[in-house]
Amino acid sequence: MKVLMKGNEALAEAAIRAGCRLFFGYPITPQNEIPEYLARRMPEVGGTFLQAESEVAAINMVYGAAGTGQRVMTSSSGPGISLKQEGISFLAGAELPCVIVNMMRGGPGLGSIQASQSDYFQATKGGGHGDYRIIVLAPGSVQELADMTVWAFELAEKYTTPVMILGDGTMGQMMEPVDLDTIPIKTGHSEFPWATTGCKDRPKRIINSLYLDATMLERHNQKLQRKYRLISEELPRAEAYHTDDAELVLVAFGTAARIARGAVDQGRANGLRLGLVRPITLWPFPGEFLLAATTGARKLLVVEMNTGQMVEDVRLVVEGRIPVHFHGRCGGMLPTVKDILAQIEEMGV
Amino acid sequence: MRTVFAPPASLTKDPFHYCPGCTHGIIHRLVAEAIDSLDIRERTIGVASVGCSVLAYQYFNTDMQQAAHGRAPAVATGIKRALPGSVVFTYQGDGDLASIGIAEVIHAAARGENITVVFVNNACYGMTGGQLAPTTLIGQTTTTSPGGRRVENTGYPIRMAEMLATLDGSAYIARVSVHDPAHVRQAKKSIQHAFEVQLAGRGFSMVEVLSTCPTNWGQKPVEALTWLKEKMLPQYPLGLFKVWERSEVNAS
Repeated sequence: MKVLMKGNEALAEAAIRAGCRLFFGYPITPQNEIPEYLARRMPEVGGTFLQAESEVAAINMVYGAAGTGQRVMTSSSGPGISLKQEGISFLAGAELPCVIVNMMRGGPGLGSIQASQSDYFQATKGGGHGDYRIIVLAPGSVQELADMTVWAFELAEKYTTPVMILGDGTMGQMMEPVDLDTIPIKTGHSEFPWATTGCKDRPKRIINSLYLDATMLERHNQKLQRKYRLISEELPRAEAYHTDDAELVLVAFGTAARIARGAVDQGRANGLRLGLVRPITLWPFPGEFLLAATTGARKLLVVEMNTGQMVEDVRLVVEGRIPVHFHGRCGGMLPTVKDILAQIEEMGV
Repeated sequence: MRTVFAPPASLTKDPFHYCPGCTHGIIHRLVAEAIDSLDIRERTIGVASVGCSVLAYQYFNTDMQQAAHGRAPAVATGIKRALPGSVVFTYQGDGDLASIGIAEVIHAAARGENITVVFVNNACYGMTGGQLAPTTLIGQTTTTSPGGRRVENTGYPIRMAEMLATLDGSAYIARVSVHDPAHVRQAKKSIQHAFEVQLAGRGFSMVEVLSTCPTNWGQKPVEALTWLKEKMLPQYPLGLFKVWERSEVNAS
């Protein structure tokens, strides 16, 4: 049954259905509906909601809980995600599964509380210290946000890695019809051969990211890189819209992709052959998909709610084969269909 | 033949890396003996911190997690909330607990988090080369207070046990020392009692253990024990600062 729900609340309920019984967070706009919803819901399902003293503490509580092999989540926005980066690096180093939600707001610094995509670099290029990647998923609707939450837990466990859902203030706050009944209810949790649960009838286990011996740390890094290569082969996902005959293909994710889709529709109504590629996984970046979907295109236009971040990955993928243009608004301002079409007219299709 | 003395089952056979005369080894053993005597090894999860005791995860023969600098009480909170039936302890030094991790330990205590903290205070950062810690004594020379700690620059030493005892969520807070055998025996009782408080579900328990750092203090091991007794005890008085009513421990 479809119900009208806010993105943040649909995500939170989806996490419950996915078997997440542990949430550690800290208030920050525009993601407050997630902890508020879970503060109500977790006790109903015998789970734990705990408001930590800081984002730093919250992500480290996630680390401890993830080390027991149970599904655990935290959520925040820009400044709070910055504070979590130390913990995310440790989670990646110790290879622990968890889900981290970033409902992006404008930065840098305290920035604003309006929606933005200004944390793309931070999310996809590491963010914290050390050589690591985390899986980054970009939802395009409230339904996808809910479905993606379940997927995020599955991916986190499959690859033993933190997974970030990179939404934005608009995605979290807007209401759309969503069907959560399609999400199977998971109860209990899986047994993992690495989980620290007490060493009854088995040797002790250690959750750790310290390798003082350089040869051991290099080996650990090489193991991580093998995992990241596997993820890069198996996981990239994107959606193509009217790309078959498109002369100009827009590339956008999340909320910006919804606006870009509007520009494609309106441009097509005006006789322009426009298309859209919407990356769903931001890391791994769906480069091969983008190349395949743009073989006939003469130009690309990347639309983002920032000053130009994903556009760098698009340029790396096309390697100068076709011109890559950029259209961005930032600081909480949104691109408009009108402005996008005006730039396309200026560029000439 | 009857065994009258053996290594604790809760310690692995790995040799300690600690410096000669350092009292971490004694404190590790006391924690392991407490876990053994309460027969909780198989449901105990320890959290190692950052500092000299960073490798504690190798030494305790229990499941272990290694935490980021200062975050051990938050990591322990995550473990305990996931597995309420487990026994969770952290093992932290004074730089880790009293400086970078002071927020985490205060809030764990304020929440009455049902964990046990073993806090080893040697008045300096040992692992990084003997820098000034929040617990460094006034006038004490360290590599970052070469002329001795000056109040005008870095203020006063923090008494963590007294501070945490003011919080309603703390159930058992003690300060002990390991500078002579009598105090080692006292420390053992106190550490075991802290675990008993956790087993009884009474909330946050912490034992602050005054410890030596001969290497960074620039002293011989025996001199360091004397320095602890003469210099640290006046600043950090031993005792019970929060008593759980069933307490049988009289630290002094």
